[in-house]
Amino acid sequence: MDLDSLYQEIILDHYRSPHHAGLREPFEAEVHHVNPTCGDEVTLRIHLEGEPGSETVGDVSYDAEGCSISQAAASVMADLVIGQPVSKAMETHQAFVELMHGRGKVEPDEQVLEDGIAFAGVAKFPARIKCALLSWMAFKDATAQVVSKEDS
Amino acid sequence: MGGPLTGLLPGLEIIRKDFPILERRLSGDLPLVYLDSANTSQKPQCVIDAMVDHLERHNANVARAMHQLGAESSAAFEDARDKVAGFLNAPSREEVIFTKNASEALNLVANTMAWAGPLEVKAGDRVVITEMEHHSNIVPWQLLTERKGAELRWFGLTDDGQLDLSNIDELITPRTKVVAVTWVSNMLGTINPIAEIARRAHEVGAVVVVDASQAAPQLPVDVQAVDADFLAFTGHKVTGPTGIGVLWGKGDLLRQLPPFLGGGEMIATVSMERSTYADLPHRFEAGTPPIIEAVGLGAAVDYLIEIGLENIHRHEQAITGYLLDGLATVGGVTVMGPTDPTQRGGAVSFEIAGVHPHDVAQTLDARGIAVRAGHHCAKPAHKRYGVQSSTRASSYLYTTPGEIDALVEGLNYTKNYFKVA
Ligand SMILES: Cc1ncc(COP(=O)(O)O)c(C=O)c1O
Repeated sequence: MDLDSLYQEIILDHYRSPHHAGLREPFEAEVHHVNPTCGDEVTLRIHLEGEPGSETVGDVSYDAEGCSISQAAASVMADLVIGQPVSKAMETHQAFVELMHGRGKVEPDEQVLEDGIAFAGVAKFPARIKCALLSWMAFKDATAQVVSKEDS
Repeated sequence: MGGPLTGLLPGLEIIRKDFPILERRLSGDLPLVYLDSANTSQKPQCVIDAMVDHLERHNANVARAMHQLGAESSAAFEDARDKVAGFLNAPSREEVIFTKNASEALNLVANTMAWAGPLEVKAGDRVVITEMEHHSNIVPWQLLTERKGAELRWFGLTDDGQLDLSNIDELITPRTKVVAVTWVSNMLGTINPIAEIARRAHEVGAVVVVDASQAAPQLPVDVQAVDADFLAFTGHKVTGPTGIGVLWGKGDLLRQLPPFLGGGEMIATVSMERSTYADLPHRFEAGTPPIIEAVGLGAAVDYLIEIGLENIHRHEQAITGYLLDGLATVGGVTVMGPTDPTQRGGAVSFEIAGVHPHDVAQTLDARGIAVRAGHHCAKPAHKRYGVQSSTRASSYLYTTPGEIDALVEGLNYTKNYFKVA
């Protein structure tokens, strides 16, 4: 078990000083996700800007409690999606999910995932994949809630 | 760390040879240091052999097969019941019901108490549990009380990890129908005063349900001495296989409960209109039971009895004391639960300032050390102590002081790795 392949320096840096942490206003949706096996939790708020249908992610703020992997994932995710069009953020989400479920065989695209490529090693530790995905799932859920509110 | 340890099992190295998995080498050719026995215990060769022998030579269904193998299989299955009855000092073998695990045993009691009968929990009645229960001894009672409009109350915990019994008279009242409590906490390690609680509960006519999942592996369990009404434990934590648990209950109480699952084996006779039910224990054992697992469990309790539960308890206390001393040398470690090893079982949950339990467990795993990280199915107890999760090291009869040394070294390595002082 190669620990260093899991705990990349980038991950530990984000863990020690997470970006965009804390809960902020304004927001249109707030979700709370937990990992039932280990109890890791995240409360995440989303603020979208712009016209319905072509919004960008104005802000993602979060309060996360969990291990280094889940904390760092929240930080990297916020970096990646804030300021992006929702459609592009969802593509990034998809790319990250594919990387996590790739059993270490998916080559990550640095153009798309930036610091997120550091999580490639996590895919080889099945017990930790959920940690890396927790805040991404919360982001997807919160965004979907705002978008579906606008649709109705 | 201190003088020579007293209380260790004599012949520990020979005992370890009984457990083939302890020879395992892990990734990187590291020896296994298994400190997750409160989660599930490892299995001695005699248990494995008993199960294989049954499969190879005696396999047949029980009760319904009218042939030699059927007779052998039934005898082996019922023999396991005798062994478990002896293990618990049960007054009668009929009182031993085989279930799937401890969770099913506890659910059996909580479910059948929802139905009409002398033991029915009704609207306005009260069920009392504790804040240190495993989810398996919380959720069934939540379901019961929600369904029936009854009230669920619980004993809180003191700062040092004991049950707070100061309001026992307020909690256990004539309205109280059930008091369900764990004998040994799987998170805090606390050993609870079961006999005392049972005495108080019986004064008001309440039924006492004891979760002995963590007690049965490491303490002499005598259902008569503690005066429990129902007691549950799970096979896989007492060196037996998964897929089997035990519900013991006082015969007159078990007979007052309506059937749980319906099906084959649990009936006396069936017509299309109605059925009558078998007597104990088969009344609560619908369908083909876990036969091979029962044989394995029988071999497991024999094994524990041969080593001696008193000796195992002493070993666990010695190892736990050594572990607590070792943890005290690692700066930034906070142990949850009693710190006196004579008052606790062999599961020690702790925090390390600055490193999350997942990361602790992962780093230890990379060194071949298996511990558990998370809430250990005791979320309320974690919340009580203001933590979301913890790392738990749990020893058993095969654990050596050398393994504890490896853990302590691993924790120091972990702190270094994550650069915490
Ligand atoms: C105290 C306690 N109760 C109940 C259980 C449940 O056992 P099982 O999962 O085998 O049903 C456990 C083990 O996880 C336990 O430690």
